[in-house]
Amino acid sequence: MAIHTQYKSVTEIHDAYDRKILSPIEFVRDYLNAMKSSGLNAYLTISEERALAQAKQADMMLAQHGKVPRDKKPLFGIPMAVKDNLVMDGVRTTAASKMLENYIPPYTATVVERLENAGAISLGKTNLDEFAMGGSNENSAFGAVKNPDALDRVAGGSSGGSAAAVRAQLCQFALGSDTGGSIRLPASYCGIVGLKPSYGRVSRYGLIAFGSSLDQVGPMTQSVEDAARVLDVMSGFDERDATSSPTPKGDYFNSLQKDLEWSSLKIGVPKEYFAEGLVPDVEKSVRESLKWFESKGAKLVPISLPHSPYSIAVYYIVAVSEASTNLERFDGVRFGVRPQGASEARDLEEFYKKVRANFGPEVKRRIILGTFALSAGYSDAYYKRACQVRNLIKMDFDEAFKKVDVIMGPVAPSTAYKIGEKSSNPLEMYLNDLYTIPANLAGLPGISVPCGKDSKGLSIGLQMMSPIFTEAKLLRIAHGFEKERASS
Amino acid sequence: MSTPYIVDGYEVVVGLEVHCQLATDSKIFCGCRARLEGGKSVADVESNSATCPVCTAQPGALPVLNKKVVEYAIKAGLATGCKINLKNIFARKNYFYPDSPKGYQISQFELPICENGFLNIETANGQKKINIQRIHMEEDAGKNLHRDGYSLVNLNRAGVPLVEIVSGPEMKSPEEAGAYLRALYAIVTYIGICDGNMQEGNFRCDANVSVMPKGSTKLGTRAEIKNVNSFRFVEKAIEFEAARQVELLQSGGKVVQETRLYDSTKNITVSMRSKEEAQDYRYFPDPDLVPVLLEQAFVDKIRESLPELPEQKRIRLASEFGINPQDAGLLTSSKSLADFFEKTLGLAVKGGAEKKSAAKSAANLINGEITRLLNEESIEIGRSKLTPAHMADLVQLVQASVVSSTGAKQVIAAVWKTGESVDAIVEREGLKQVSDVSSLEPAVDKVIAANPGPVAEFRAGKDKLIGFFVGQVMKETGGKANPGTIQELIKKKLLP
Repeated sequence: MAIHTQYKSVTEIHDAYDRKILSPIEFVRDYLNAMKSSGLNAYLTISEERALAQAKQADMMLAQHGKVPRDKKPLFGIPMAVKDNLVMDGVRTTAASKMLENYIPPYTATVVERLENAGAISLGKTNLDEFAMGGSNENSAFGAVKNPDALDRVAGGSSGGSAAAVRAQLCQFALGSDTGGSIRLPASYCGIVGLKPSYGRVSRYGLIAFGSSLDQVGPMTQSVEDAARVLDVMSGFDERDATSSPTPKGDYFNSLQKDLEWSSLKIGVPKEYFAEGLVPDVEKSVRESLKWFESKGAKLVPISLPHSPYSIAVYYIVAVSEASTNLERFDGVRFGVRPQGASEARDLEEFYKKVRANFGPEVKRRIILGTFALSAGYSDAYYKRACQVRNLIKMDFDEAFKKVDVIMGPVAPSTAYKIGEKSSNPLEMYLNDLYTIPANLAGLPGISVPCGKDSKGLSIGLQMMSPIFTEAKLLRIAHGFEKERASS
Repeated sequence: MSTPYIVDGYEVVVGLEVHCQLATDSKIFCGCRARLEGGKSVADVESNSATCPVCTAQPGALPVLNKKVVEYAIKAGLATGCKINLKNIFARKNYFYPDSPKGYQISQFELPICENGFLNIETANGQKKINIQRIHMEEDAGKNLHRDGYSLVNLNRAGVPLVEIVSGPEMKSPEEAGAYLRALYAIVTYIGICDGNMQEGNFRCDANVSVMPKGSTKLGTRAEIKNVNSFRFVEKAIEFEAARQVELLQSGGKVVQETRLYDSTKNITVSMRSKEEAQDYRYFPDPDLVPVLLEQAFVDKIRESLPELPEQKRIRLASEFGINPQDAGLLTSSKSLADFFEKTLGLAVKGGAEKKSAAKSAANLINGEITRLLNEESIEIGRSKLTPAHMADLVQLVQASVVSSTGAKQVIAAVWKTGESVDAIVEREGLKQVSDVSSLEPAVDKVIAANPGPVAEFRAGKDKLIGFFVGQVMKETGGKANPGTIQELIKKKLLP
């Protein structure tokens, strides 16, 4: 039996290391074998050399110290997968785009650097929708990711490779990025935990930008406990990212140990999250979860987020506007693939046309939308207006959090659908982000925790959102739900 | 009011956008070096060696604002009477060009750091106030290079900090535009925010030029002349452009809004692109940078640290040293020159020279011979071999009539080449004036004997002829005679 599936958490792995019944190198080798034969298309690049070198070093350290150096290396010997829109020095980073098929970055993203310094072992880079634009992972230039629970279904997106890798135990944890739900949605579809931190909590340095004012990197894990451990390492101010917050980070893992007083917890249930379009199985499962909280003594408070119906419209202006200029650097001059004939172009315009033909259809669609929304004569009606409504959406949450501690609802209106089922209708695909986008627009933390299955046995996620920079509390509530409900 | 510059019944109107490279050690949004010792351009080191993931726009790299840039921009604003916006924001200016690695330039659009300032310029008819609309911070682009059929990009300059200083359309002649540029140049070099090497592109400008019928208040359609990097070229370009526009209008044509380039070898401007081809820059706030929020106390502290500005210095030099306003204006046109003057005077007075007369001869030499040499070599005084100590020695010798003013020029030319001491040069080149009566008397007698006509006229009261006699004696003595001594001798011998 494979070794790598025997351990469920960082705690269990460290315990096995301490007792010498597991060595980092054999652990990593086992993972690498499993990754190569999975057939899920979860990984785009396997960083075998890097992983083995890191594992060897871990072996040596373990031999020297006898025990896991938990204080200095809280993620010692823990195999991780990195979404392929986070750069790693010397490891191919594609953002699932033909444009970057051959791109080897000269530097490493802050989050990856922090995790590696804390002992995490980089197994490889996971599949995603091209430049993180999509909700099903079908927009990858290198093919869709298969849902480990139902191989003919999508894993969700855009962090589909990371979600599938965690679900199929092809890593102990993975990094995702979330611009409009790209961590929470695939987490929900794959039955794992996915946390989108508050905007500014985690450095974006080295994250290939999609919508800069919305993007956040977060952990995707098998448990809330591991999510807290990973967030402990990756979060906090980074002088290389001007939008990272100087507000001190929480003590996430340790605060999980504190008991929750369920009776003082007020849970906001927004009526807009249970409106038309929500699949009955999902609604049932989410409502049952809410009842469980009520049974523990928590108070359910009906609330309204009146501007949330505008979220999708606002998001698909703000995100694509930012994306249209973020993607201007992909001009084929300094890096990336130059298609045949580009270097022989007669003039610059022809050169750009040839190079930028490398973008996939969804990316092109968003660049065109964003360019339009920012153009002279239209930016007042679109971009500026959207920014104003975004502010109203933020204020809805401010109002709500005067009355409640946490807001709960579904992550997505449905469970994982079949590969190819929705790909011909981008608008229908966009509507899937209805419940996740508001947290990005308002900069709030949001987590998806598995809460049940539908009649087909597909995973359903419960979404929880809390005020900005209250990840510690959010994780504690999620942890309580995960642990106590499972045992009840 | 100055006299309007009229071309065939048309007035010319000029507005200037000056790009001034800030003399910070590192770039505006990353830690890469932005300048070399002595203010030489970082573009000159090995191509693409002064770069990093941020300024080459690698995927995922983010800008972080260099605080020094903000400080320097505030200095520029305070020195030009601007209002400092305590909240100001960066915006993306989107356009594709290989020297702009991100595909957009980070600049400021709505809410720049400084607004509504002014500066005073000297015109033939006195002072004139020119309004400054705004000063904003932005990054410089790299450089494209075309060689052997290839196009190459050097990003060393990408991310070097700039301030763009935008004037109102208020200059009415090429000379006014030149005066504005010189005054602005003096300010940015005085406050130390710019190295001021125009050859290196430290200080360059775009000129918006239009013409309108004399007396009209409605501005004509303007053309923008891009990237001119010399005061003289700006004046010439405006002169040409105004004449071109007037000729166009008079022949029934229309001026089109366009971007033009000045060709200094042919002294013409040529069209680069018209407004129809103009870009839509799609400005919007850069989400990678937070708004710049300043404390008033921070601004006040910078205000207190500002040095004496050119205008103040000009007034002070005139009153303190008794030099005429025009000389004071020339001296203060560059900080290095004014500093050189003051240091010279300090040393000369210490050495026993009389202040006002030493100031006069120092000013004459600096504004004359020395400025000529500087212009010839296009260098700053700091890079020459001539030091204030040299000058102080020289000024004292001139004052003591040991060296004549002609001799002084020779001394300067020699020091310029070798850097030797003034005494050694005076000695070696035999530049000591002869003031000794007994050695001059034979020459004076010879001149008197040879010119009976002028002698008679002089005696009859034609005083002006004294100059003629002095000249003749000088010729006789090979230029070494002290003209004062000669005058006295002539008068003594010819007048009762």
